[in-house]
Amino acid sequence: MKIWLNGEHTDVESKLTLADLAQQQDLGKTRYAIEVNEEIIPRNEHLTHTLNEGDRVEIVTAIGGG
Amino acid sequence: MSTTPDALVIAGVEYTSRLLVGTGKYRDMQETGEAIEASGAEIVTFAVRRSNIGQNADEPNLLDVVSPDKYTLLPNTAGCYNAKDAVRTCKLARELLDGHDLVKLEVLGDEKTLFPHLQETYIAAEELVKDGFKVMVYTNDDPIAAKTLEDMGCVAVMPLAAPIGSGLGIRNPYNIRSIVENANVPILVDAGVGTASDAAVAMELGCDGILMNTAIADAQKPVLMASAMKKAVQAGREAFLAGRMPRRQYASASSPIDGTFF
Repeated sequence: MKIWLNGEHTDVESKLTLADLAQQQDLGKTRYAIEVNEEIIPRNEHLTHTLNEGDRVEIVTAIGGG
Repeated sequence: MSTTPDALVIAGVEYTSRLLVGTGKYRDMQETGEAIEASGAEIVTFAVRRSNIGQNADEPNLLDVVSPDKYTLLPNTAGCYNAKDAVRTCKLARELLDGHDLVKLEVLGDEKTLFPHLQETYIAAEELVKDGFKVMVYTNDDPIAAKTLEDMGCVAVMPLAAPIGSGLGIRNPYNIRSIVENANVPILVDAGVGTASDAAVAMELGCDGILMNTAIADAQKPVLMASAMKKAVQAGREAFLAGRMPRRQYASASSPIDGTFF
């Protein structure tokens, strides 16, 4: 199925969990937060939250700024 | 009662350093870490961006260098031009930092000047305060706006001294002083400082602290400038507390007039 991941149309397995999606992004130990369809999905729900076709997913991290 | 002499208190938490620094524009993570260390800052700002943007796989992540265990992290809403984006950014930052709710709100109005959009800033501030965030807010050097934001419940008000990244110094010292005199929350100059003397001037005006990024990161030697800024902020603070001598139009001899033998 297709989702929007960080603004890009991306192919993923159907019923992929957020935890698996994050793992595929090669984030290593980087701290991140995830939003699906503009709603924050708390860290403790990443293992159980599954994605649906067309979901708009944002994975964000901390970056240098002032 | 404060336990640290002359502590900066923001949202009930005491800080020894009155210099807050950003983490943008450095050459690499090592320089970022060294400059922040040299600045003595305890509160450090960062931005929230998509995970595939600006990440160098060979480099440590920002939060490895600026650990939440060592520093008070201050996520910003840089790049937001409306209240909705700013609130959304703050909520993501809170999740990112496991519930940490101190944020730097900045809602911009114009790409050329990066001046704040006050109307959107008010809307975002109101919503964030209601949602339990402790809001440190970037604003104009406008005493009325500063008071309005304080009354809305912001924990610190941060007027610009000059446009972000301009290094033009304290453009409107009288307004900054008016803001300080009227305030019941910490007032921090955020943006515009170019070199150490600017930082000292801001502190001598009575500001409670300064937040800066470009003045350090864009210096020829950022780590050395970070050290200079640390001293300038301390010197300016002490000069403010000491109270400067009155200005006189003519000279006033420092040595006694009596007892001369010539």
